[in-house]
Amino acid sequence: MSTETFSPRPGAAPVSRMIRAQAALETRMLLRNGEQLLLTVVIPTLLLVLFSAVDIVDTGEGKAVDFLAPGVLALAVMSTAFTGQAIATGFERRYGVLKRLGASPLPRWALMTAKTCSVLVTEVLQVVLLTVIAFALGWSPQGNPFAVLLLLVLGTAAFSGLGLLMAGTLKAEVTLAAANLVFLLLLVGGGVIVPMEKFPGGVRAVLELLPISALSDGLRDVLQHGAGMPWGDLGILAVWAVLGLGAAAKLFRWE
Amino acid sequence: MRSVFPGDTPEAPDRPAVEVRGLVKRYGPKAAVDGLDLSVARGGLTAVLGPNGAGKTTTIETCEGYRRPDAGTVRVLGLDPVADAAELRPRVGVMLQSGGVYAGARAEEMLRHVAALHAHPLDVPSLIERLGLGGCGRTAYRRLSGGQQQRLALAMAVVGRPELVFLDEPTAGLDPQARHATWDLVRELRTDGVTVVLTTHYMDEAEALADDIAIIDSGRVIAQGSPEELCRGGAENTLRFSGRPGLDLASLLKALPAESTAAELTPGTYRVGGRIDPQLLATVTTWCAQNGVMPDRIAVERHTLEDVFLELTGKELRA
Ligand SMILES: Nc1ncnc2c1ncn2[C@@H]1O[C@H](COP(=O)(O)OP(=O)(O)O)[C@@H](O)[C@H]1O
Ligand SMILES: [Mg+2]
Repeated sequence: MSTETFSPRPGAAPVSRMIRAQAALETRMLLRNGEQLLLTVVIPTLLLVLFSAVDIVDTGEGKAVDFLAPGVLALAVMSTAFTGQAIATGFERRYGVLKRLGASPLPRWALMTAKTCSVLVTEVLQVVLLTVIAFALGWSPQGNPFAVLLLLVLGTAAFSGLGLLMAGTLKAEVTLAAANLVFLLLLVGGGVIVPMEKFPGGVRAVLELLPISALSDGLRDVLQHGAGMPWGDLGILAVWAVLGLGAAAKLFRWE
Repeated sequence: MRSVFPGDTPEAPDRPAVEVRGLVKRYGPKAAVDGLDLSVARGGLTAVLGPNGAGKTTTIETCEGYRRPDAGTVRVLGLDPVADAAELRPRVGVMLQSGGVYAGARAEEMLRHVAALHAHPLDVPSLIERLGLGGCGRTAYRRLSGGQQQRLALAMAVVGRPELVFLDEPTAGLDPQARHATWDLVRELRTDGVTVVLTTHYMDEAEALADDIAIIDSGRVIAQGSPEELCRGGAENTLRFSGRPGLDLASLLKALPAESTAAELTPGTYRVGGRIDPQLLATVTTWCAQNGVMPDRIAVERHTLEDVFLELTGKELRA
């Protein structure tokens, strides 16, 4: 084709090609963004290395890395599916990207599928990186890989719903601030690096219902203690996923 | 819903590309669009002209399926922009008034992406060249100048080879050179058979480009027609010229058709009113020659869109 003529020849690309193109673009945008990388790669990596090497928090019996690696994996999922996705999508909405894509042949469901693919690709990269580092630090994971996978997938669904809910209802600047704040609070209060036993009973009972606590606790049960299916944690994540995705589907504003 | 246009098949070739009837769109109690009718011929170039806040964007975005009418009907290529959105999207190119691009995306990357969403896109590098974006294909969108961002948005509207494009203020804020490059491209689209609907608040743009102009104000179309049709009506044209002071206008009037007028406005400047046609112009210059007058600065003042707008609304068009 050349631009010698603009004569009409309309047509949508096959939907699989559209989704691939969209997911690739979104992943590139994310990997090119310095703040996003700080959130998704630098912070989890630093926490894992630092707290494994230096005995700052009391991580209980056993090697520190065996306690920390599951928590940091949970943090990685949260950073990408929740914080990163909320901020990126909030600004896409603000800058009319979602609006403009709405006029393209890409259907909305395909856009959301592409976003999910982009989140999953990023998470795979994170998990590979963090796993390699954890092994180098002497990590010896236990348990059923299938249970781990299920936890990661349900955690992603729960955090994506909450992230999209935020991005689709709040102003982009508010989303930016709130998503970072929530990231920080949940990093401290969600059993990522600070054991839940450090919190008083009443507070702890509430904190344990948070998606980050369920994910880090579930991953720790399996990977550190070799437990079977952590049904309680999976249940909490499933409830958050249904609530978050349901609310996002209902309340998301595209403009 | 389609029964509003009984007997019409969506694809009838003589059917207008866009038909808007009695469109009402309210934001709160205030109607942004208030009973608007608009018809866009296939293959033509229609300008929706009006001051800021007139309702241009609201109208266009209703045609693009972004907003649901509160009342009235909208058909685009014979289809309902909301209900038939999936069918329309590949066929309709959209340039938003602003935004639409990832802040971190490079110009060429974004254009390639939109191209990848279509089955038979234009060649991206040549389109980039064509719009003078060659030097900034690798520049992130947020670092492009306003004019470059506008041209990228225009490229995104046409890269999928649509049969109809909606361009919302495609030249707002462009420098004259970029503006003319955009005009050339828009004319070429029309030549190649693309139906073009653009909004503008520049009268000269509407006059220079459009086959058909819809002037809108306060959410209504107050006049629609070709530039010639719109400018023909209303006040009569005038002829002005300068010469030496104190010419014998009684003698000039004798040479002119019956309803003509002639006056000396200031010493040495004259105005002739009436039906100004080539014959009248020739009569005036012949009379000047016979009387040894060199008519300096002779000008026929056409009724402009500016005058039309002023007469219809009592307001200046410039916002
Ligand atoms: N989303 C909106 N919410 C409230 N008012 C709006 C909205 N969009 C447009 N308006 C109002 O509707 C009127 C028409 O706006 P618009 O269609 O953007 O005009 P134009 O494009 O001709 O400048 C304006 O008074 C504007 O303030
Ligand atoms: Mg506008």
